[in-house]
Amino acid sequence: MKVIESGNVAAALGVKLCRANVIAAYPITPQTPLTEKLSEFVESGQMKAEYIPVESEHSALGVCIAASSTGARAFTATSANGLLYMHEQLHWAAGARLPIVMCVANRGVGAPWTVWNDQQDSLSQRDTGWIQLYAADHQEIIDSVIKAFYVAERTSIPVMVCYDGYILSHTHMPFEVPDQEKVDAFLPPFRPGYALDPDKPANLNTVTLPETRNNIRGETAHGYMELRYLLHEDMRNAIDVVGEAGQRFNDVFSSSGTAYLDMYKCDDATFVAVAMGSLSLHLRVVADILRDEGIKLGIMDLKLYRPFPDKVMADALKGKEGVIVMEKAISYGYAGPLYSDICSALYTHAMDESLGDLPFIYNYILGLGGRAIRTTDLVDAIRPICTGGAAKDQPAWIGLKL
Amino acid sequence: MQSKPTILTLPEEEFVHPGNRACSGCGLGIAYRIGLKALGKDTIVVVPPSCLTVLQGLYPVAATKLPSLNVTFASTAAAASGVLAALKSLGREGITVVGWAGDGGTSDIGLQSLSGAAERGEDFIYICYDNEGYMNTGVQRSGTTPMGALTTNTPIFGKAQDKKNVPAIMRAHEIPYVATSCSAYPLDLFTKIEKAKTIRGTKYIHILTPCPPGWGYDPRYTVKVGKLAVETGMYDLYEVENGEFKLTGASRKLLDKRKLLPVEAYLKMQTRFKTMRDEHIKQVQDRINKRWDAYFERFKE
Repeated sequence: MKVIESGNVAAALGVKLCRANVIAAYPITPQTPLTEKLSEFVESGQMKAEYIPVESEHSALGVCIAASSTGARAFTATSANGLLYMHEQLHWAAGARLPIVMCVANRGVGAPWTVWNDQQDSLSQRDTGWIQLYAADHQEIIDSVIKAFYVAERTSIPVMVCYDGYILSHTHMPFEVPDQEKVDAFLPPFRPGYALDPDKPANLNTVTLPETRNNIRGETAHGYMELRYLLHEDMRNAIDVVGEAGQRFNDVFSSSGTAYLDMYKCDDATFVAVAMGSLSLHLRVVADILRDEGIKLGIMDLKLYRPFPDKVMADALKGKEGVIVMEKAISYGYAGPLYSDICSALYTHAMDESLGDLPFIYNYILGLGGRAIRTTDLVDAIRPICTGGAAKDQPAWIGLKL
Repeated sequence: MQSKPTILTLPEEEFVHPGNRACSGCGLGIAYRIGLKALGKDTIVVVPPSCLTVLQGLYPVAATKLPSLNVTFASTAAAASGVLAALKSLGREGITVVGWAGDGGTSDIGLQSLSGAAERGEDFIYICYDNEGYMNTGVQRSGTTPMGALTTNTPIFGKAQDKKNVPAIMRAHEIPYVATSCSAYPLDLFTKIEKAKTIRGTKYIHILTPCPPGWGYDPRYTVKVGKLAVETGMYDLYEVENGEFKLTGASRKLLDKRKLLPVEAYLKMQTRFKTMRDEHIKQVQDRINKRWDAYFERFKE
């Protein structure tokens, strides 16, 4: 069924279709319409779930952690400082290997306060052990939520579905709502490896020691470091799981979404601009304008940020002359986080072959705190890079008025 | 509910293994053992970092025979809410959910989530075992450390502020059941937990659990120190059921006797109070007298 709704409602419809058992959330702009809609689904009986209106984001994820440990499919959503308030719980959920799904309506973080969009909130949570998906439009939001539960439960790793606050969360667009029967076919009921149960008592998330230790049967049990290694290995393997989920999703729903990189006019491109989220769609307009000027620009939209599909990225950029990484976030004191990751991926995979083929790479920071991103500014920023006249300072900023 | 329990009628089944990692003379050790007997097998326990985390054992060994979820420090009551929500949504009935936290995890870092859960009326039992400080991290002051107590971060003059009255905070939430108990009175504790199990809504039980290394007394005196806390009127045993307050057990007996032991007997047993001067002890005694005079007045037959 095709509907015209907001990005937040697209996310809510996805959660409903996935039959989440427990939803806990605390209000924060611009996430609120999503959780308002879920509370309406639950109160009206359209959705059979427990909705817990908690007193903080820390508790929202606390509820989800415990509900997931008890065998329920759990969901929460937040933005900006709400996500930062969850920081400890993010590590806990991943360390406890709980397949929780969370939507993040991306917003800049304080101080000073801003309610407008950038991606500093979720990108600064990169190392918490969560899989991170970025959606560029409403169709991708609802599809990503459904895929997220599948990937989370296959990998026992929590998944964050990120989409731009206001730009996507509050705008209305047409999108296809998948059929419930097909979602049920795609996403089987959650069958946890262990759920808290008095008939099978276990002590979860116990204190570990630096070394491995024997259990009562004399078998060696993992220590803290082994558990961390396994999380990392399973994260790396999750790249394939995300790919497989995307393929299955396309088969079941006759869809054509991509799992890692959505490419626009990249095949013959000399230069490629890379971005995540709605910015990538904006950049397509820039590619068309510059192509009219004879500059062969392509656009890559990265969907999966963690685990980082480094090989896919390096292969996609192979043979290109230049790469321009456009980011709504910054690692203060260095560069945009995606820029660093792409540099690392290019270098790592170039070492397999020869370093000589590496494209040059530029980094632009833009749109922080919702600063307007004008097409003309994008064109003026990207054109000189493709014509050999770019400033060498990295990263460069677009739209600054100092 | 059973008739009044005696030491002979307590359930024989143990849910805490002997030889666990509690210190010798640990008041929590007594309270946890008796508390789990009252809770019974069909229970899920939620535990934040505290001495109880250590008592419960180091991976892959567990000292408790009940399913137990270790959670972050501030989220005990939120996590208990999550367990409840999951059980409800999955149609699993007949399981008691218990949050069992220390005084720091309750009165300080965990108060927000506890207040939120109580306001929502979450149907669990929250138990705070109060050893009056951050004992697991090496005896630092907490919100419930009493005035005058030396701790490792009030090392010279002792804590300057009064003990935070967490049961009173919980009473203000108008939950159906608030009770205090002490590990020196295991049957009192057993009775109160058994009663809490029969009540719907949020139940709060505050247990004073003397701590030999943190309070500075010989481990053999854990019961004696606990009893003195009650018999001197320093710590009261009571229940507030649907808003109705009544003194219980040993405190109720004090009401009948109309006589308290001098608080000095309690304070002098513990090295944590060794720097309290006579005028401070008198202040403490005066406040106890004032509170108990009000009880005597209010509850005269």
